[in-house]
Amino acid sequence: MKISDRDIKTVASLSRLRIREEEADDVLFQLNKILTYVENLQQLDTTDVEPTTYALPMQNVFRADEVKPSLERELALSNAPLKEDGYFKVPRVLEV
Amino acid sequence: MALYDKTAHELHALLTAKEISASELTAEVLKRVDEAEDKIGAYLEITRDKAAADAKAVDDKIARGEAILPLEGIPCAVKDNICTKGIRTTCASKILENFIPPYDATAYIKLAAQNPILIGKANMDEFAMGGSTENSAFHVTRNPHNLERVPGGSSGGSAAAVAGGEAVFALGSDTGGSIRQPASFCGVVGFKPTYGRVSRYGLVAFASSLDQIGPLTRDVTDCALVLNAICGHDDMDSTSTAAQVPDFTKALVADVKGLRIGLPKEYFVKGIDAEVETAVRNVAKKFEGLGAEIVEVSLPHTEYAISTYYIIAPAEAATNLERYDGVSYGARVDGADIVEMMTNTRTEKFGAEVKRRIMIGNYALSAGYYDAYYLKALKVRTLIQRDFTDAFKDVDLILTPTTPNAAFKLGEMTSDPLKMYLQDICTVPVNIAGLPGVSIPCGFTSDKLPLGFQLIGKPLDEATILRAAFTYEQIS
Repeated sequence: MKISDRDIKTVASLSRLRIREEEADDVLFQLNKILTYVENLQQLDTTDVEPTTYALPMQNVFRADEVKPSLERELALSNAPLKEDGYFKVPRVLEV
Repeated sequence: MALYDKTAHELHALLTAKEISASELTAEVLKRVDEAEDKIGAYLEITRDKAAADAKAVDDKIARGEAILPLEGIPCAVKDNICTKGIRTTCASKILENFIPPYDATAYIKLAAQNPILIGKANMDEFAMGGSTENSAFHVTRNPHNLERVPGGSSGGSAAAVAGGEAVFALGSDTGGSIRQPASFCGVVGFKPTYGRVSRYGLVAFASSLDQIGPLTRDVTDCALVLNAICGHDDMDSTSTAAQVPDFTKALVADVKGLRIGLPKEYFVKGIDAEVETAVRNVAKKFEGLGAEIVEVSLPHTEYAISTYYIIAPAEAATNLERYDGVSYGARVDGADIVEMMTNTRTEKFGAEVKRRIMIGNYALSAGYYDAYYLKALKVRTLIQRDFTDAFKDVDLILTPTTPNAAFKLGEMTSDPLKMYLQDICTVPVNIAGLPGVSIPCGFTSDKLPLGFQLIGKPLDEATILRAAFTYEQIS
């Protein structure tokens, strides 16, 4: 077992996901199968190998700090599930 | 041949000669959509009114005696993870079910500048995660060659639309084979350009270091035309390359004399279906007959590509999909506090495969596992890339199968995610190394299912791929 029931609960919570009781066994089984498969990478000696994040050479792109047109507020809010007075509205974050 | 089955360049000639009008053509394709869509299910949204209006505008232009562009008036489909302003873009996910993008993807802006006719938004695996289009939250898509079979994925709707007469060409996206594999399963041409060739701005992000938009077409000429339309640098995507974009139609030359084509021995091993292997070896013989040199090459880290991909892609996906929190756009499911709201939203609105990949990704990135999984995969990525660099010292192109087998049956792999992942063995190394690759049809199995071969090129050398593919097409 690569990943335990407890680990999965932690990962799910970090992912803001809840695992339903009826699917818990299958989720655990499939994740373990996948994580066991990817173990084959451990066979390779990568001591002196540099990691690659992008396949092609990448460099930071700079641009002039100029104000350019951006989305209008109404358009930016047009897909919001809940909005009020030009703001996104969310459930209370702080207890008062 | 029905109008809706012709290529874009054939239809362009008919439009230019005024033998057909863009409105007639669009009506023909929409009629075909009405007949076929119940069976195939290629689309998530059909943009009927826009299509009719856009076709009329093209006809007006022709009536004024103005010249039209190569893709002008040609019906097309766009994968539903490519943002289209004012046109619902769902990514085949419940979490974006009602998302109306406030802006266009750059690739779509560039395509739209050619005035093709958008027929609709194509079905896909949710967030492009899958190889069968069965992970769409809305409906499955069936393979036009055999309705019991999958069209492949994740660009399954795009491939099925082109194969089924529901669009002349389509845009798809390819993170680990999502253009090439469905192209192979549906018997069409599917091209993944070099990483950075096409802007990813407005492509709903899955794995940012691997994603690339590309065309699905009926032949290699159309492929070059669509590449001409969509490639090029974009200030809005810092990973888009500043390299010059050649006129890809110039590469459509029937000549492979002296070209060195490598056959990697690691791609012809156990697990590759005998019919697939025979078909691809026959392609190699044909290239040899046309004057190319076939050379055996080795890509020794091929067997680690699936593991590398299925750590890197989920890690990037887990990060990219953090944005679906029920706040600024997308669905929201209420909860007592903000964390419960986010958890309810994501639990109810993401499908099983998306959740699985988010969890694999977050596990691989979490403290204590980062070095063993994510960092290790990035190092093996270097080794896989080095394999290609070494092979390309000796050859101009690499020839492989696109997929280990022809299209499988609906439901055949849904209960075994790992088995589905292993389907990607021939295509993921290309994304890992950021290379251009195409799938070209090469006949059928004894069950009359399409087969495809893959040509892989050097970085930014799409032209040589197109030349070889075009040459093969002339004799096939």
